[in-house]
Amino acid sequence: MSSCWITIQDYAFRSLGIGERILPKTDITICEQAVLIGSGLIWNIYFGLIAVFFGFWFAIILAIGKNNRSALYRIPAISFIFLFRGSPLFIQFFFAYELFVLLPKLGVTIDLGFITLSAETRWLTRAWLGGLIVLFCNTAAYSAEIFYGAIRSIPSTELEAAEAYGITGWNKFWRIIWPSMLRLAWPSYTNEAIFLFHATALIFFSGFPAWRQSGDALYYASYFADKTFNPFLPYPIVAGYFISVTLIIIVVFGAANQYLNRHLDVQQRPKLKLSINLLR
Amino acid sequence: MFDACADPSSLEGTIWLMCYLTTAKHFAFYGSFIVVLVLLFCAAPLSLLFGFVATSGVRSSIWPVRLIAKGYINMVRGVPDVVFFLFVPLALDQLFEFIRHKIICSHVLEPVWRGTDFIVCKAAKLPLSTSDLWVHQLYAFILALIAFAIVFGAFAGNVLSGAMKAVPRAQTETAAAYGFSKKQVFWRILVPQMWVYAIPGLSNLWMILIKATPLLFLLGVEDIVYWARELGGSKTSLYAYPHPDWRVYYFAGLLIFYLVMTWVSGKVLAKLQLKLSHGQATMAGSELQGYSG
Repeated sequence: MSSCWITIQDYAFRSLGIGERILPKTDITICEQAVLIGSGLIWNIYFGLIAVFFGFWFAIILAIGKNNRSALYRIPAISFIFLFRGSPLFIQFFFAYELFVLLPKLGVTIDLGFITLSAETRWLTRAWLGGLIVLFCNTAAYSAEIFYGAIRSIPSTELEAAEAYGITGWNKFWRIIWPSMLRLAWPSYTNEAIFLFHATALIFFSGFPAWRQSGDALYYASYFADKTFNPFLPYPIVAGYFISVTLIIIVVFGAANQYLNRHLDVQQRPKLKLSINLLR
Repeated sequence: MFDACADPSSLEGTIWLMCYLTTAKHFAFYGSFIVVLVLLFCAAPLSLLFGFVATSGVRSSIWPVRLIAKGYINMVRGVPDVVFFLFVPLALDQLFEFIRHKIICSHVLEPVWRGTDFIVCKAAKLPLSTSDLWVHQLYAFILALIAFAIVFGAFAGNVLSGAMKAVPRAQTETAAAYGFSKKQVFWRILVPQMWVYAIPGLSNLWMILIKATPLLFLLGVEDIVYWARELGGSKTSLYAYPHPDWRVYYFAGLLIFYLVMTWVSGKVLAKLQLKLSHGQATMAGSELQGYSG
């Protein structure tokens, strides 16, 4: 037990580059595997959280764009959604990485008035930014399709009633369309969030290299499988971690679903059905 | 390939490009597209079979069978498919070698797992170290195919069990009232009717399967991703056709290949859906008849 505590101190934040630099090579214990793989999970959670949060807002913009009558907004939105939904995420990672590598190695200074940030293009070739951008675009495209479907299935009577009361424009969107859209889209959106989280496991297996052996959960799992020739330990561990986080997502999104449907009778509330119909 | 390409260093412009795109390695690259299509057309029926067996298992009256089948079709909800793609081929490979080791080399008493090594006797290796390269490739491909069938079988199991639930209860109850046995209800009522409900889910699954094929790269198969990296990497003047890093163009090509694949599939599946909706008592079916609502 005490040796496991030392392992935790050494490797708990190894994926962030904190702690012992050298990965275990011989006499690998279960504890080391569990701790290091868990450490890698930090990256999966980071990618999942940030991509879902920013992707959500961009998806709504895309969905509104796709629903717009004017081709000026509709066509770019449709093309973006088609590009990211029609091609494999794995290839998108490779393509984006090679594209980012070709960018001139320049630094860009962003002057925000009160603070100056210097961004470097080489950051784009690192998974934490480059991979995140691809994931963001990908989840935005998939979610946009979900939100678009939800906007289309809002009962027209609700919109007509709103217009009859003189609610138009921004008010109509914010007070009528927005709540209904979220409510209708939420069960599917929960699935999207789960499968986006699963997709984060792909990043370090595509073009983006793991810098100084700081990778995600699956990266360490395959490291151990290679080193010990025993896949029966690391992969179930990584599966266990993913299942736990999936359950947390279901609980959190389930609570949000209840909140969105709080005006309905308990019997009428749509349940979160975890269908697999909308994954990538 | 062509006589004109005998001396690549003297070529220029379009002819250079033509010669470049017809080298032996490029034909291997084009061949790998066929590998992807073969995988698609083998994995689709196999996973449908796996899914069908799993769905029948879920409805079984023996509880261990039910439990295993439920666990199997639900596993894909909690665990990323990549984990299975990495795990299944490795585990299967060890399983096969272990069984062969026990049978062929029963005289060897040392354990197979020794510390951090997995050692089986030479005769039990799969494929044998003396066999040709294509045998190794084929073996890797078959392991990959099984991994795809297992993962997508679980997805198909989800779709099919949903479709079976969607068949109106009145149908099965009527059949039971007419004295059909459980088996007869399943084969004569449930199975023929479920396909209409399963088609949207299965079309979706086909799209996902297309988009999962580049994962072959992770399984050690020389697939399109492998060749795109291989051919696209910058080539110095030591090579017959020197060029800078062109991987981005190769991956752009792959991106377009997949976009075309999904676009064509989408069109075909939409047609199929329309055809199957004819005469169905669903909204799509009645719209075809010219009724509204």
